[in-house]
Amino acid sequence: MSEARYAVGIDLGTTHCVMAAVDLSASDGDEVVDGIEPIPQLTAPGSVEERLVLPSFLYLPHPDELRPDDRALPWGQPQPFVVGELARSMGGRTPIRLAASAKSWLCHPGVDRRAAILPVEAPDEVQRVSPLQASIRYLEHLRAAWDHRHPDAPLPQQDVVLTVPASFDPAARELTAEAAAAVGLGHLVLLEEPQAALYHWILAARGAWRKQVRVGDIILVIDLGGGTADFSLIAVTERDGSLELVRVAVGDHILLGGDNMDLALAHAVRAKLAEQGTSLDPWQVQALTHGCRHAKETLLSDAALVTAPVVVPSRGSKLIGGTLRTELTRAEVANTLVEGFFPQVEVSAHPTGRARAALTKIGLPYAQDPAVTRHLAAFLARQVGATRDLAGFEHRLPDNASFLHPTAVLFNGGVFKAQSLLNRTLDILNSWLAAENAPPARLLEGIDLDLAVALGAAYYGHVRRGRGVRIRGGAAKSYYVGVESAMPAVPGMEPPIEALCIAPFGMEEGSQAELPPQEVGLVVGEPVRFRFFSSSVRRTDQVGAVLEQWESGEIEELEEIAAVLPAEDRQPGEVVPVRLHAAVTEVGTLRLEAVPRVGTESWKIEFDVRGES
Amino acid sequence: MYDSPLGFFARLSLALRTFGRILAERGFANDLLRLEHGAPAVVELPKPPLRETAPDAALQLLALLQQEGRFVDFLEENVAAYSDAEIGGAARVVHEGCRKVIRDYLHLEPVRIEAEGERLTLPAGFDAAAVRLTGNVVGQPPFTGTLRHRGWRATAITLPKIAEGHDVRVLAPAEVEL
Repeated sequence: MSEARYAVGIDLGTTHCVMAAVDLSASDGDEVVDGIEPIPQLTAPGSVEERLVLPSFLYLPHPDELRPDDRALPWGQPQPFVVGELARSMGGRTPIRLAASAKSWLCHPGVDRRAAILPVEAPDEVQRVSPLQASIRYLEHLRAAWDHRHPDAPLPQQDVVLTVPASFDPAARELTAEAAAAVGLGHLVLLEEPQAALYHWILAARGAWRKQVRVGDIILVIDLGGGTADFSLIAVTERDGSLELVRVAVGDHILLGGDNMDLALAHAVRAKLAEQGTSLDPWQVQALTHGCRHAKETLLSDAALVTAPVVVPSRGSKLIGGTLRTELTRAEVANTLVEGFFPQVEVSAHPTGRARAALTKIGLPYAQDPAVTRHLAAFLARQVGATRDLAGFEHRLPDNASFLHPTAVLFNGGVFKAQSLLNRTLDILNSWLAAENAPPARLLEGIDLDLAVALGAAYYGHVRRGRGVRIRGGAAKSYYVGVESAMPAVPGMEPPIEALCIAPFGMEEGSQAELPPQEVGLVVGEPVRFRFFSSSVRRTDQVGAVLEQWESGEIEELEEIAAVLPAEDRQPGEVVPVRLHAAVTEVGTLRLEAVPRVGTESWKIEFDVRGES
Repeated sequence: MYDSPLGFFARLSLALRTFGRILAERGFANDLLRLEHGAPAVVELPKPPLRETAPDAALQLLALLQQEGRFVDFLEENVAAYSDAEIGGAARVVHEGCRKVIRDYLHLEPVRIEAEGERLTLPAGFDAAAVRLTGNVVGQPPFTGTLRHRGWRATAITLPKIAEGHDVRVLAPAEVEL
């Protein structure tokens, strides 16, 4: 690792991937030589271009659809699939062959993420891929692009930082690390995206950041990407006279992003066209979505405009005769986008929950409530106690505060290129603060909304070598396994479950939890499954703590974990008492092991990513 | 070709070589006859500095303009049959898409930064390829005149790399929906 020439940040996004690098040999302290790595990719059949972003789309063409020449990349043999810009445009015309949003599928507990399920709508003859494989394809492409450009500094030998949503659960983190290992990036480090955005802000301020924040600040990071909304809270503390950053809380995994907004606008306009008697085919709807995005950006960037034209070109060669022309009005944008996604709500508001319906059709668990501000309110209210035990913050929040009061906000993600949406969100946050007599939050500016995560990740690779401020905080959750309580069995009643804490809140990378005193029995040769829980608010539970009951919303159930004890020299069926041991790896994934009472061996406990069915 | 007068032995050598070629080459004999009758010598002129440009890049750019801005569709359509409003709607598609192509693949800047209509003076030795003189073109530079068009110059062009064997003549493939 020490011979790495570059620190490389990879933003493996739901809709776009970005790669950035810091030249370690030329950088020192705040003086950092960094840049975005252009990614050659197919942009049309037989045509390769360098772009700053790689759209996270995988297209599985029919054997007769593209000639091998037309799939040629600057490196290697033509592959039987297409990744990037061409994949996205071909998928627009033939959605049954397009795998998209692999990242959201990686964190979808309802499905088997190693099973070939994408594209969901594909007919049987299409060789489907698993969400894991799709992620591997994107990373393969990024690695090949890097190695092509830096033949003397191959990517596996660099310090690679791969970003994940702060809300990713342990299983999704592990799958991401597994995808990276599959392309030879075994030694990378995972970094939460909101932290990466803040690192980029620190870098972009070139040292001046120390003047823009002060001890006692609580920075709220709102990262609204193409597919997910991700919140984090980072406190500014002091140690030995210098500023220090501590990430104190992360939000839930919310599948809600800029793509939802463009789609919502397109549906509004589509309904308007339908009233006028014009119905659109799927191809036109896609063109309409594209047109609406432009019209939206025009309207949101110029307050004087009342309407913006939206044109849906004809599909045939008769352009003038077949083109539909309509317009998007300011009122429509206000109703659909501003009121729909950023409504003025009270801080006591809660997002409408998702009823857990039977999974009749496989689909992503998109947020039921599109209101970003309601999700934000719920997050801040739930995390009201996030800084209670942080040195220097004990009395910063009034006792009657109903939510945690941020003092500064950093916005990230393409959605906030619309300044009016950024202002709206900030205004709503400040109205909550004003209602509790708290000063308004300051806006932290100066980051590139599309590229900040990759640039910040690369900078983090530099910082990790001890050359700048680091955000501390460790794991943002505590973890529990479900154990049946020792109660007399009551017919017809499931024995109540108790939660045994095996990993306390805030475990740092490369640290191990203690062994809990409690033992559980593993059956030799048979998979034993445990219910698995996490909490983003119970900060003081220690290993071995047993919760008999908890408030609703305090603890979240994750997918089960499963352990198999190899028979080896034991009798199949024998019950071996073990203790469950948690560690956070250097990569940043959670590792669980079963440790028997005697002997030195231990067995890895797997996250069950095979879904509920 | 030879400016200095030839000496006796050089002339003898030439006569002998010419004798042989008159017998061997009919065209050479005809040329020599014309020279003897007082016609000017046929001088081999230097090749004019014209070259064919490779059509690939042109076709590639046209394909991009069609792909993003439906440029070929627009030009090939009979605009006389439509109202200005209809043409205007389509023109937005063409304008937005073609503009994107120009911005993405070329870097354009005006040749002159002065505002059109302004008076300006061209010094001696100005680049005649970049500034065209019109109207009362007489006298010696410096020339003073009115800027009618600022001109455009492409300072950079980066077209996508094309796979070996890719047929650039297909500007837009036919689409068949199954």
